[in-house]
Amino acid sequence: MKKLNLLLSSFLFVLAACAPKGPATLTVMTHDSFAISEDVVTAFEQENNVDVVFLASGDTGTMLNKAILAKDAPLADVMFGVDNTFLSRALEADIFDAYQSPALSDVPAEFVLDSSYRALPVDYGDVCINYDKKYFEENDLAMPASFEDLAKPEYNGLLVVQNPATSSPGLAFMLATRAYFGDGFLDYWQSLKENGVVVVDGWETAYYTNFSASSGQGPQPMVVSYASSPAAEVFFASEPPADAPTASIVASGMCFRQIEFVGILKNGQNRDLAEKFVDFMLSKQFQEDMPLNMFVYPVNQSAQLPEVFTQYAQVAEQPANISYDDIASNRDAWIESWNEVMK
Amino acid sequence: MNLSPALSTKTRSYLSANSRILFWIPTLLFLFSFFFFPLFKILALTFNFETLADFDNLLVARDSLLFTFYQAALSTLLTFALGLPAAILFAKFNFPGKSLLRALTAVPFMLPTVVVAAAFNSLLGERGLFATTFDLLLSTFDLQPSTFNFILILIAHTFYNTSIVIRIVGNAISRLDPKLESSARVLGADTFHVWKDVILPILRPSLLAAALLVFMFDFTSFGVILLLGGSQFATLEVEIYIRALQLPNLNLAALLSVIQLIFTLVFSILYSRTINQVSTQTAPRFSASRPPKTLRERLFVFTGYWILLTFFLLPLLSLPIRSFTRLEADRGQRTEVQYGFTTDYYEELFINRRGSLFYVPPVQAALNSLGFAGITVILSLALGYPAAYALAKPTRLEKFLDPFLMLPLGASAVMMGLGFILSFGRLIASPFFIPIAHTLIALPFVIRTLQPALASIPERLRQAASTLGASPLRVWQAVDFPILSRATLSAATFAFTVSLGEFGATLLITRPEYPTIPIAISRFLSQPGGLNYGQAMAMATVLMLLTTLSILLIEKLRFNNAGEL
Repeated sequence: MKKLNLLLSSFLFVLAACAPKGPATLTVMTHDSFAISEDVVTAFEQENNVDVVFLASGDTGTMLNKAILAKDAPLADVMFGVDNTFLSRALEADIFDAYQSPALSDVPAEFVLDSSYRALPVDYGDVCINYDKKYFEENDLAMPASFEDLAKPEYNGLLVVQNPATSSPGLAFMLATRAYFGDGFLDYWQSLKENGVVVVDGWETAYYTNFSASSGQGPQPMVVSYASSPAAEVFFASEPPADAPTASIVASGMCFRQIEFVGILKNGQNRDLAEKFVDFMLSKQFQEDMPLNMFVYPVNQSAQLPEVFTQYAQVAEQPANISYDDIASNRDAWIESWNEVMK
Repeated sequence: MNLSPALSTKTRSYLSANSRILFWIPTLLFLFSFFFFPLFKILALTFNFETLADFDNLLVARDSLLFTFYQAALSTLLTFALGLPAAILFAKFNFPGKSLLRALTAVPFMLPTVVVAAAFNSLLGERGLFATTFDLLLSTFDLQPSTFNFILILIAHTFYNTSIVIRIVGNAISRLDPKLESSARVLGADTFHVWKDVILPILRPSLLAAALLVFMFDFTSFGVILLLGGSQFATLEVEIYIRALQLPNLNLAALLSVIQLIFTLVFSILYSRTINQVSTQTAPRFSASRPPKTLRERLFVFTGYWILLTFFLLPLLSLPIRSFTRLEADRGQRTEVQYGFTTDYYEELFINRRGSLFYVPPVQAALNSLGFAGITVILSLALGYPAAYALAKPTRLEKFLDPFLMLPLGASAVMMGLGFILSFGRLIASPFFIPIAHTLIALPFVIRTLQPALASIPERLRQAASTLGASPLRVWQAVDFPILSRATLSAATFAFTVSLGEFGATLLITRPEYPTIPIAISRFLSQPGGLNYGQAMAMATVLMLLTTLSILLIEKLRFNNAGEL
């Protein structure tokens, strides 16, 4: 019986731990990469007499699927982190309530993909090939200037990419090739495969295990990562180097622009606070805090970039041109056929 | 503790027929609420028979099932090739550094897969210590890079699971009555025949049990496969993950997880049959281990020792080495990478450079991990004891229930995670769900460890004690406790280490303010930069130290207690 009591009391403990107490609670569901400065959150909490609770819910795909499953009794009030490759699924599943935030006035229209304001843009980042400067210098190798170059013999076995089925930068890069080659993109990947492209499942493995310029000291001098990664390499160096060890290939059409969105979850409990939080995410204060926490660019045009960004992070000259409707209707078929080719 | 030591065997089994159900209530209640109910919820929503009508789905299911079997079988073979000699080494011989080496073999079991992948890469990768050896192997046998990845997966599985063979088979070997072997020898049998005709038949159930358990772990392996091989190696679990979360086809994911569950159930039934044979042979322990005597024995111990030390220590050591080594360019120099000793990464762990809300000092992350592990120990012992007690004298009820206890080990973590959301909603953000998830995995092992000990308590001793006038409490103290304390410590170690290694983290939604060490490691690895990588290695080193120390401590306690017997 003692055990039963213990079990019951542990149940009660669970319940008690979740019971609302004190100021109102606003729950924000995010992907695992979300980060924010303490003083920025505290300012919001004090101003609105609210406790903000963040829930790390896995990678973007995992988070979204959890939110869709829990649609009728949502796990949170606000969800941040769905990007333009997953947006269609979120909108089809109808998990967001529309909210036309006044803070959108500082955001260029190109970022507002959902015209009915169910998902509002927060940040963007360009997925591009990063390269190991030293490797190319030492081997006296020219940088590939186009997608076609990557299939040339001098770049045999030098590129590591992520599987689009399991990695969001991997998907972004595949979409860039699809935008460039159209239906012929599978032939292109066939030629990359013959040229020894290495496919891994996630960004972590690609960057830290395979990429030669990271601390993992891997074999490939080119990796699919973000145009902001060189800035992170400088920021997270033990001693700030004079120059970033890596750079991005930002040639026209070779990068894919990922935009991340925030939305108010349907059937949530705190509509007022949720709206305030969305406004807050678009505010200058949050937008300026974001770059060094998540290494993404603010969509708010009045936000100032930190120095390490202006100096070392690059922006795509002309991101891949592929419509979000196109992604929505073909995404899964493209991934499946990509996997068939690369098997 | 509801033990009734003063009663005779006959009355006890008569009584327990009624009280048996009571013993099962806590465990069953727990399994129903946190395993069967969530599983039922998600499968009820997503499983339908129409999925079976689509030929493409069947192809996916067939291919992934075949590959899952193939890699699990190879991994199990490789694990036994190393684990069997190791089990003999530990069970039969004493040598300096034995307990440290034994603890070392158990460490991988608790390390998060990210860390193990990093460790293997720093050894076998292109610039690793053994890179040239592997290049040579690849070119000699004309192997594809994907074959190399496959070999890495097999090695990593071996690295993870050898301790299971050492534990189960080693225990059985050390329980062998040495008189058996000496009688056989007196009767003229040589070593080969002693093993073939005497020892192997006795060990067979334990060999089978270990093989089934290792196979089951390899069968449902997920992180190792994704990190070292990639999704080209689509096992059932990898395919479930992709279909459930990335390419939305929940129906197919449900079909695959039902297949995986059916196979797990089959393995569990086989396992519960064989392991019961193991426990019926539980004799009082013989302290059979001794220093090696003959030249052959010395050679065996010597080679075994060095092979195990190399295989386990090298990958593990590469982490601390890496955590103290700087590989970055010096200020102003891009061309020359400076290799050097540094404590930067450890110092940086204590600095919240960006004033991040989710920054957690390493001590706090360690305390979180230890706290969750502590709750897991309490929870799994509290739930495991009554069930193990009922299982110790199994009736048809126990024989029926037994295999179901193992099921959580083989259920898809991805589907369970989704089931949790459907069943508990906002509640799953409660930190309490972390030890609950860990308990699901630890419970089968805890019960397995306690059950043979409970079954082995000789009823005669209890009767003798009470005839001599001991009170029931005194009987329990003098008879049950010494035997149970050993088993309890073993069970507790297991629960503790399962929790530290954070199995099934994909299952949950977490509060980023309360990260455990594995979560802190993966957070560092999710951003570029030398400091992030270095801090991940430093944190992994902390985790490794913590687990090695706790295993050593518990082993020490265990042997001290054994000495009192």
